[in-house]
Amino acid sequence: MFSEQLRGRAEALVDRYPQKRSALLPLLHLVQHADGHISEDGIAECAELLELTKAEVGAVATFYTMYKRGEMGRHLVSVCTSFSCAVRGGAEVYDRLKAKLGLAQNETSADGSITLEHAECLGNCEGAPLVTVDYLNYECQSVADAEALVDAILAGETLPPPTRGPVPPGIREASYRLAGLGPVEDADGPIARAAAKAEGHHGGPTPAATAPSGPGWVAPEVIPTFSEAEVAEREAAKAAVRAAGLDPEDVAGAGGPSAREFPSRDPDFEAQEPGTAPGEKPGRSAAGIPGAGAAPEDDPRTEEQVEAEGDEESTDG
Amino acid sequence: MAEPIAVLSSRYDVPDAHTLEGYKREGGYSALPQALEIAPGDLVAMVKEAGLRGRGGAGFPTGVKWSFMPKGTGKPTYLVVNADESEPGTFKDRELMERDPFQLLEGIAIACHALESERAFIYIRGEYLFPGMRLEEAMTEAYAAGYLGDDILGSGVNVHVTLHYGAGAYICGEETALLDSLEGRRGQPRLRPPFPAVAGLYASPTAVNNVESIANVPWIVERGVDWYKSLGTEKSAGTKLVCVSGEVKRPGNYEWPMGATFREIIETSCEGMLDGREVRFFAPGGSSTPLLTAEHLDVELDFDAVAAAGSLLGTAALMVYSDKTSVVEAARNWTKFYEHESCGKCTPCREGTFWLSQVYDRMLSGGGRPQDLQILDEVCDNIFGRSFCALGDAATSPIKSSLKYFRDEYEHLVEHGRLPDGLEPHAGIITDNAARHRPTDFAQPATVRAGSLR
Repeated sequence: MFSEQLRGRAEALVDRYPQKRSALLPLLHLVQHADGHISEDGIAECAELLELTKAEVGAVATFYTMYKRGEMGRHLVSVCTSFSCAVRGGAEVYDRLKAKLGLAQNETSADGSITLEHAECLGNCEGAPLVTVDYLNYECQSVADAEALVDAILAGETLPPPTRGPVPPGIREASYRLAGLGPVEDADGPIARAAAKAEGHHGGPTPAATAPSGPGWVAPEVIPTFSEAEVAEREAAKAAVRAAGLDPEDVAGAGGPSAREFPSRDPDFEAQEPGTAPGEKPGRSAAGIPGAGAAPEDDPRTEEQVEAEGDEESTDG
Repeated sequence: MAEPIAVLSSRYDVPDAHTLEGYKREGGYSALPQALEIAPGDLVAMVKEAGLRGRGGAGFPTGVKWSFMPKGTGKPTYLVVNADESEPGTFKDRELMERDPFQLLEGIAIACHALESERAFIYIRGEYLFPGMRLEEAMTEAYAAGYLGDDILGSGVNVHVTLHYGAGAYICGEETALLDSLEGRRGQPRLRPPFPAVAGLYASPTAVNNVESIANVPWIVERGVDWYKSLGTEKSAGTKLVCVSGEVKRPGNYEWPMGATFREIIETSCEGMLDGREVRFFAPGGSSTPLLTAEHLDVELDFDAVAAAGSLLGTAALMVYSDKTSVVEAARNWTKFYEHESCGKCTPCREGTFWLSQVYDRMLSGGGRPQDLQILDEVCDNIFGRSFCALGDAATSPIKSSLKYFRDEYEHLVEHGRLPDGLEPHAGIITDNAARHRPTDFAQPATVRAGSLR
């Protein structure tokens, strides 16, 4: 749950983007700053700030590895076990730390000081094996080095400086920075102000609130259009269905001419006639098509159609 | 014989190159004033003419991508810089952003002018906290000095940059998944067309470019197209940051002109393999590119030459492994990676990577069956080309290529229930790496005074 002050910063974050929803990832980092994990309250607050449902926020939060559902310790220790690190001993470092701390992936020590994880390539392969604390990199860590680092965390001592960057401040402080708000200890300082400078500069009118480009959206140009003859054929088929006392929409899945064709990336791909199996000649009966089971007993096709198809088959043969 | 060259990395050894003072002293921000004098269309033509190919992996010509951006749509135009470098073995952008962040910001300002865009986003992976801090400090100085913001350098051009941290998803390096993520959704690839150039971020025209591609732009403007083309090969101009890791003596980022051979890079820059080890296999461009063997060491660093050898240049993340390392273990490690990072949108990739991973686990725990090799092969065939994005294809690369070149190791594993003798679990920690000799001190930029921004 955000404090009043954090709530103000969260609202400023939302204003930074041309569309509110873009602030979701930064806001979830901010939730981790406030609560140490992605909390139920935090999800609800993000949803309220961005006018989304809690389910929409939850769906995003569970997608990304850095959002943790269990409460994290004071420091997050990540060991890279991707192959360039593993081949230099990274896998052994992780195994030894696991045994030493008695923790499995993403578990937190009883005293709340360490959360341990192994991570996919952290992009520091020249310094393998890599261990990061709060996402700050300690390069070339032997088992002994990594154990000493963990000991210092358990004892609450000041950590040695990483190979580059500041001494790890704690995962909550790091999460504040990951929200794009600058250093937490200088929350109104020059870095924070510079980061906010883009606010309101959207390079033109703010685009529509709902982009038509989200998942599942298909550009108009890839939805096929139909010739007049095809439209007439479809209308005739629909009329036949109505004559049988059914709703054409219910049996549309039976693979009439209105079935969509989607483009294929395979240049040799030949568009398949809707309702046929690959290699099957068009004009066969609609058996085995998804949705065909719901089709009426009576053949919805007109007699002319059946006749025409019969002709086709005979010419093929 | 090619020689290593320092263009993008020319300021890496300067201790204060990450501050505006150091950057300008070393010749930085000399391209931006020139670029602002050039008409946007001419700038696009210039980058096209220079033959700059995208450095994010696909090698698509950057200038051509820019020329696809429609004008006069009534919507804003965006530049999105892809700094979500997550390909295993790749660390070129991290070092560039850490050591020379202004190079990227200068490139962004020029690119925004070329694209007539006022707003740029840098989507950086969340694990890159320190490079992000360096960029934030650089942005602070650049805003204060008028290199970013409204009316930059009095030219009337506005450029605003937002640094946006991701949250740990490899798939967000795929450009359409990145856009979905930047819109606050799950990072899942979109169906193309429409391509981002037409309908990208918020369905507006968007250029998505890799950090290294953008960092090349100031050099092209400053030194000219002919100079740029004189570096590298006919079809792959310029230089390339090569990230070498694995069992070489000195892993690190090395800049080479296109056209150098892998052998030259390993021998010259990395001082060869670790003592007593020979190259057995290497991935030329990250784990997503098919493995090559010691026979291919003389292949040139060039998008087309590597493709001709049966692999891909990718991000030029050269991961080199020796005769003491198991290729089956390597393939399992990467398969686990793709299993974890598959976004779940397309069934072949989502299910296939789990199957592959289970087959590897079974084989390496001693329960391999003769038909397992065929299963691996068939599952790969059913993933390849059947998913929206390249992640599915990439997951099959290490498997198909290792089966092709090292089938004997797989057969030994299946037959005997263990890997061949003579393999070692690991080569131990690195004694020396290229970065160790570079400045690593951390400092807040001294030139930013509190309150100087408003």
